[in-house]
Amino acid sequence: MSVFELDELNVKHVSRQYGRRRALARVTFQVQSGQVVGLLGPNGAGKSTLLGILATLIAPSSGNVFYGGKSSKDLGSVLRRQIGFLSHDLQIYPELTAKENLEFFANLYGEMKPDVLVAKALERARLSDRADDTVDGFSRGMRQRLALERALLHEPRLVLLDEPFTGLDDRSIDELSERLRAIGRAGRMVIFATHDLDVAEGVVDRALVLRSGRIALVQDGSSSLRTRYRAMLHESPNVGNGGNYG
Amino acid sequence: MGDFFRVAWLVMRKDVRIESRSREVLYTTSFFAASCVLVFSFAFVRAGRPVDGAEAGIVWVALAYAGQLALGRAFERELHQDALRGLLLAPVERAAIFVGKLLGIMLLMVLVEAVVIFFVALFFSTAFFEFPLLFVALLVSGTIGFAAVGALFAAMLTRAKSRAVLLPVLLYPVTVPVLIAGVNGTLSLIQADPNLDLARFWLALVTFFDVVFLTLALWTFEPLMTE
Amino acid sequence: MNGVSRRTQTFLIVVGAVMFAAAPLLIASAPNEATMGLVAKILYFHVPVWFMMFLAVFICGIASGVYLFKGRPAADRLAVSAAELAVLFGVMGLTTGPLWARVSWGVWWPWDVRTTLALILEMNFVAYLLLRKYGGPGAEKLAAGVALFGMFNVPFVYVSVNVWRTLHPETTVVPTLPTAMAGPFWWCVVAYFVLFLVMLGGRRRLEDQRARLDELRFAYEEE
Repeated sequence: MSVFELDELNVKHVSRQYGRRRALARVTFQVQSGQVVGLLGPNGAGKSTLLGILATLIAPSSGNVFYGGKSSKDLGSVLRRQIGFLSHDLQIYPELTAKENLEFFANLYGEMKPDVLVAKALERARLSDRADDTVDGFSRGMRQRLALERALLHEPRLVLLDEPFTGLDDRSIDELSERLRAIGRAGRMVIFATHDLDVAEGVVDRALVLRSGRIALVQDGSSSLRTRYRAMLHESPNVGNGGNYG
Repeated sequence: MGDFFRVAWLVMRKDVRIESRSREVLYTTSFFAASCVLVFSFAFVRAGRPVDGAEAGIVWVALAYAGQLALGRAFERELHQDALRGLLLAPVERAAIFVGKLLGIMLLMVLVEAVVIFFVALFFSTAFFEFPLLFVALLVSGTIGFAAVGALFAAMLTRAKSRAVLLPVLLYPVTVPVLIAGVNGTLSLIQADPNLDLARFWLALVTFFDVVFLTLALWTFEPLMTE
Repeated sequence: MNGVSRRTQTFLIVVGAVMFAAAPLLIASAPNEATMGLVAKILYFHVPVWFMMFLAVFICGIASGVYLFKGRPAADRLAVSAAELAVLFGVMGLTTGPLWARVSWGVWWPWDVRTTLALILEMNFVAYLLLRKYGGPGAEKLAAGVALFGMFNVPFVYVSVNVWRTLHPETTVVPTLPTAMAGPFWWCVVAYFVLFLVMLGGRRRLEDQRARLDELRFAYEEE
């Protein structure tokens, strides 16, 4: 059985509704490996929902997502090996030490040499000296670094992050930005959601702006992002805004 | 197959390790169970003697309440870190994650059971262990049934609002057979004239319940946990 | 579009109306039951209603299973309609039951298998509706799980309550139906069944219309 190569993401007319509320409306875009894509938009725009769908945690109401040409149904759990997802709540266990957290996930993912992998991850997160301290004593920035390494432990080709920059100080923001750029350069696909425009600029190769569940703006190259984004936000909302369920 | 149990074991070990650090759920649930026993004792004791057969009822009701509390607390914890979603994203069979969580919950419940039985035996001088094998088998099967349904509902409710009050509302109607079998099975073991055949019947019923509902839970875990 | 068409719906309404009009005559003409006399005639309402509740429970359970594993929204719409009917007919059964029990045996709650099973199912499906109402978005799928579990629970509850009851023998025994009463009885069962179909169809249609309306709204917003 050949190893499945995920080097392209194709999102086709993905919609998702919850009863009367439409979270996403016919979202369509493609991502190639090596691209860092910023998913921007105000709160309630549908960014988390879209990331959830890309991560196969949520099923779209209509439309499809193709991973390297195949749908998630065809691929099953093999696909999850290629996806790394970091949610806003970090998904690490505060009662365990940094090392135990990483070890747990390394073992869960069936990694061959968990100890080596964990040691490397701790180094990259600059937490080697805090390896045996429980996470509940860490600052937000430290937890973020640990959680990011946890999400990248199995070297996924598609990296999804939901609001990774929230609560970080400037230094951590710079570090994370550089890290994301590095991951992109290494040939992976990175999609992260944020409502902070400043942070997105300079990191992303492309920006997708979501508004009320729709892609309102696609921007390649982030230079004039701010002006265009602001202009778009000040435009009057078009017909039948689905309502704001912040 | 081996992978399935490996994953379940990893998840359970992780849960046990986390709980052993703070022991919060264990202590609070045990204490709650003991208070339940106390409260029920006041309700069911007349002139210093328990109403006939009350001990069996007290054990299982205290268990049901404490169990539901433990379930709620255990999954609440997962929710704060969005950890359950992290687990669901692993390239493993999702039902294995459920089994891992179930084993952890069961271990917790068994410990709480020990506390409950201790206090009931203490207050009422009940000879629970006259037929130790049958009694323990009944307890274990009952725990499996209650925990299987409970863990599934608690897990799926992490995706819902009003989850704290909805868990008991959903759980109790479905676990009625376990309660009936548990109470009456225990009764037939501790009563003045023990009825072993009847106890075995109740044990068989609960075991059958366990098989059906465990299968159902394993089957529905993935669709219920993914939106 | 699937579902009961207008014509079938109208036909059923007419049939139902006729049957319900005729029912009192049939019931009045039926002989009085030996021991309980006139009071036992509540059975013409109580038992069919209980049958319908049971039927609704199974329809909801199966539709929920389909929704859970196949994701078809139509199955979910059928499930919620059936669940509401289960609760409704359940309430009807649970009020007529105790009324009869009180007059016949002096107790409000006979603790017999069927009444207790009905109560547990009622609670289960009220829980279903509560979950749908207060569980937030996506709760329909969770509720489907509850319905499925409730349906599978039926034999277990029946057996456990049954055995439990035989351990505490009481004087409450449900009488078997002598043949002279069978005619009007089955007439009532069919009448209630027609009523059930009408209500299920109507409720389902309401859900279908709502879904269609949402679809149209979304399409409108596209422009």
